[in-house]
Formats: sequence, structure tokens, C-alpha cells
Amino acid sequence: MLRFLFYRILLLVPTFIGISIVSFGFIRMLPGDPVLLMAGERSLTPERHAELLKQFGFDRPIWEQYFSYLWNLLQGDLGVSLKTKIPVTQEFFTLFPATIELSLVAVLFAIVFGIPAGVLAAVRRGTVFDHAVMGTALVGFSMPIFWWGLLLIILFSVTLGLTPVSGRIGLVYFFQPVTGFMLIDSLLSGQAGAFKSAFRHLILPTVVLGTIPLAVIARQTRSAMLEVLSDDYVRTARAKGLPTVRVVGVHALRNALIPVITTIGLQVGTLLAGAILTETIFSWPGVGKWMIDAISRRDYPSVQGGLLLIAGVVMVVNLIVDLLYGLADPRIRHRK
Amino acid sequence: MTDIAAKTVTVTDTRKTGRLALLSEFWAYFSENKGAVAGLVVFVFVILIAIFADVVAPFQPQEQYRDAFLKPPFWQEGADPRFILGTDAVGRDILSRLIYGSRYSLFIGVIVVTISLLLGVTIGLLTGFFRGAFDAAVMRVMDVFLSFPSLLLALVLVALLGPSLTNAMIAIALIQQPHYVRLTRAAVMAEMGKDYVAAAKVSGVGKIRLMFVTILPNCMGPLIVQAALSFSGAILDAAALGFLGMGAQPPTPEWGTMLADAREYVTRAWWVVTMPGLAILITVLAINLMGDGLRDALDPRLRRS
Repeated sequence: MLRFLFYRILLLVPTFIGISIVSFGFIRMLPGDPVLLMAGERSLTPERHAELLKQFGFDRPIWEQYFSYLWNLLQGDLGVSLKTKIPVTQEFFTLFPATIELSLVAVLFAIVFGIPAGVLAAVRRGTVFDHAVMGTALVGFSMPIFWWGLLLIILFSVTLGLTPVSGRIGLVYFFQPVTGFMLIDSLLSGQAGAFKSAFRHLILPTVVLGTIPLAVIARQTRSAMLEVLSDDYVRTARAKGLPTVRVVGVHALRNALIPVITTIGLQVGTLLAGAILTETIFSWPGVGKWMIDAISRRDYPSVQGGLLLIAGVVMVVNLIVDLLYGLADPRIRHRK
Repeated sequence: MTDIAAKTVTVTDTRKTGRLALLSEFWAYFSENKGAVAGLVVFVFVILIAIFADVVAPFQPQEQYRDAFLKPPFWQEGADPRFILGTDAVGRDILSRLIYGSRYSLFIGVIVVTISLLLGVTIGLLTGFFRGAFDAAVMRVMDVFLSFPSLLLALVLVALLGPSLTNAMIAIALIQQPHYVRLTRAAVMAEMGKDYVAAAKVSGVGKIRLMFVTILPNCMGPLIVQAALSFSGAILDAAALGFLGMGAQPPTPEWGTMLADAREYVTRAWWVVTMPGLAILITVLAINLMGDGLRDALDPRLRRS
């Protein structure tokens, strides 16, 4: 296991270097020189311009610039946001819990509904129920989620008045963040109704962000189950006279879950891309909306830093999924 | 014992060969999947609408009617019978805009799939064929591409190149091509060890011909399925970019761009919000249904023997 772990972590190094080159190259590929870009709307005197070029090191050779970028990066310094003058890393990690909370709840939602739906569809293969579940899953898979969010707002918020339209919690509640997770913080605050408010704010964004993973998980679970259900050991279990619930729920499901777990892990990228859209629609104060804002107001240090941090997160999550997978299935960790 | 040959019964293979027979076999499997056929019908319908937009659309997509702002669809009270699906905030006919919008979505799909397919298949063939350090280096580059969430990378590329439909298509094609690289590479590596490739090598077939003429046709199955998936993916991503203001720019009647300022109307004009999204959903769903059918028909493992 240790060798596998070491090998997997070693593989990350070239990827990480690639990611850092992409994010380093990004600002230098823009037309015009970086100082003028960072100055934005403000005008610069030629003297100040030259001074800034020197200060940021843009007059040095490009590889030297890259290594100093990498050096700062390894120390957690990704520059300062042009808009707020706050370090990019600090801004990112202040907003990140909101995105994690939303993503986690969305994945949970997708798993809780997706796996049972897929299992039942596989068990009742060819029935109306199977066709209904798979049809719905394909619709979910084809859904433009930004539009789906707007539809849900029209139905549940505007017409029925059941859920709030935007934000993470009602404006009447105010408390200092402890964990950054609103569901937990609202409970810790002890304010009456705070948790309920946070929960109600989470419902629609969760459904929107969870829709595509839900569809993917349901489809994957069904096909994995179908494969396993025709295996000999399942027939043996049935022949022994075990009740169907036990055969399906214990014997078959455990093996069928391996590819499903991989699928869930692969959804991380999709989830973060979806978070950009979901957070924009629901004004959810997470890193997705922050990136969009940074891009539209040409806050390049933020875009650059955000790009790197998000790719880093995806990389680390993929590593964790791989390790879990190796832990669950010895065949994986012994394969080179 | 000497006249075994005389006793041998000759069995003729009655299975037809050739392109036509292959096509009819493919159709037999494809048409078994009713959803796939339905998807195909809808997709052909969308193509026809796009081709004959000038004839079908009641109005020009940019034409504004100052006397008809935010008119609801015909079945609602206060509707203007001229505008079947209602009008938007500046008095443009939504149905006509949707009809013209189909041109953009199909165009996006075709261009993105073409670019990413050509790029990805070529790189995949080269890496799978030559292996070694070249392969390792290229695959690490692809890993880097795949570690960015697709939409985020597209957004940043568009921010770099400037927001426009062309740049959105380039960005989406670039982020989709690693999938073709991986698929082609895996398929090529599987084919390389087979006898027919060795036979071709022995008979002195050149490298280029070996790659493109001998091996590539045998890797087409998964690539066709991926092409269907990335066609619908391209439409969705382009619409998302348009929605975020980073794709086609107003007043282009691209479906995603039509939704860009839809948030303002969620409270008073549901049709402005609902119609473009419905068009996206129906088109994407039709293509995905076809994709499922293609996968079933092209993947021999899924066939019933």
C-alpha cells in the first residue's frame, strides 16, 4: 500500500507543475503587458510603469519569473486581488467552505436518491419503473442546470413562495463563522430558526447541483447491478434460499458499488463546474461565483490564483478517490 | 479413407458482407432502441428547422415590435396572436429567435466535434503508435487539461481570447479533445498487438498508412459514441458560456445567450425564461438518446448473441 501511495503521489508532481505553468502562463498570454493589465482602469505615468515592471520582476527572464512564481506559490502567496486588496489565498479559503458545503450536500443528495433508484431499476429490469427511472435520468443528464435553477426558482420561490431565492441564510441571522459550514454554524449559534433558514436556503441549490450527478449515479448503479446480478455467486446465494433483499442489498450491491464509487469520484470536476453556474444563479457566496466575478471584472491575480487552487483541489480529491479505491480493491494497488 | 474430400459437405456462409449489409445490421440494432429512434427523429427535425429557418420563422430574429413588449404565449390571457410563444422585453418574437437559434447550436456542435475529433484522434494515434517518452509527456499534458473543471477552463480561455462565439467554440473544443486522445490511444494500443496489424507491417505498409488506414477504422466504435456525447456536451457548455455572458453576444439568438438576462424576468415573464431552456433540453436529450442507441449498436459486448 505504501508503494502504491508513493507512486500515486509521485505522479502528481508533473501534473502539478503543468497546472502551475498553465496558471503562470495565463496572465502572460494576455495581450498587453501585465502591469497595465493589473492597473486596470487607472492610468500610470511612464516612470511609475517602469518602476512597477521592476518591482514585480517582469523585466527578468521568463524562466526566472516562473521560478519566483513557483517559490511564492509553495509559500501560499498567490498575489493580491485587484478589487479588494486582500491576498487571493485568503479570499479563496474564506469562500471555499460555502462551495464545499453545497457540493457535499449535493453529492449526498445524488447518492441517497441515485443508488436506490439504480438498484431498483436493475432489479425490475424492463418494467415501467425501470423505463421511468432511466428516462428521468437521461433527462437529468441532458439538463442545462442554469435553466433548471431558474425554473425551480419560478416554481418554488416565486409561485409557491416556499424557498428563498438567494444567499445562504436569512438576513436576520448573524453570527461569526466557526466552521464555515452554515448548517453547523447555525446550530452552534443557538439562534432560534437559524438552522431552518440555512436549510431552506440550501434546498434549491442542492437539487440543481445534484441533478447531473444523480442521473449519472443512477445510470451507473443500474448497469453495474445488472452485470453483477447475472454472476454465479449471486445465483448461488439465491439458490441457498437467501431472501432477495439480502441477495440484492448485500451480496450484489457491495460489488456493484466499486464502479459507482469511481463514478462519484469522477464527478468532482463536474461538480465544481456546476458550482460556478449554481452559485451564480442563487447568489451563493462561494468560489464559483467569485471566479465569475473576477473574470468579468478582469481581476487577473484572482483568476490566476483561483484557477490554480481549484485545479489543485480537483487533483487532491482525485488522489483521495484513487487511494480509497486501492484500499478497497487490492487488484488496483498491485497493478503498476 | 482416401476420399474424405468427397464426403465433405460444403457449407456456404449466407451472411451478407459489404458496406450496405453492415449498415443494415447497424440499423437493425439501432432501431431496436425506441428511444434512440425517437431521438433521431427529433434531431432530424431540429436540423430541418435550422436549414429552413428563413421559411419557417414567422419573423426576423432581430426584429423589434414596439407595441408588443413581454407578450405571453398564445394560450394565456393578454397574448398577441401574432406571437405564438410570446415576445421578450424588447418585443422580439421568441419562436422566431428559437428557430434561428437552432442554427447556432447545431453549428457549435458540428464545429466543436470536428476540431476536437481531428485533434484528439491524431494525437491519440501518434501516442498509441509510438509510445515511449513522447506518449508519457503528452499524456501528462492531457492530465493537466483534465484536472481543470471543463467549464472553468473554457471560461478562462474565453476571458483570455475575449468573449465571442468563435472563442467559446475553440475553448470547448480544446477542453474536449483529451477525451478523444485517451479513447483513441487505448483503442490503438489494443489493436497494435493483433495479427492483422502484424501482417500489414510485414507486408511493408508505411507508418502513416498503418495508422490511418489499417488501425483507425477499427477504433471507430467508441469514437462515434464519444462524438455524440461531446456534440450534446458542446451545446450545453456553449449555452452555459452564453448564459454567463462569455459566449455568443447579444443580440445573437443563441439559446444560452437568450437566457443571459432571464433572471430579471423570473417574477413577471416565465416564458422568456422557459422557452430557450426547453429548446436546449429537447435538443440535447435527443442527441443523448441517439448516443445511447449508438453505444448499444456499436458495442458488440452489449449485443445479445
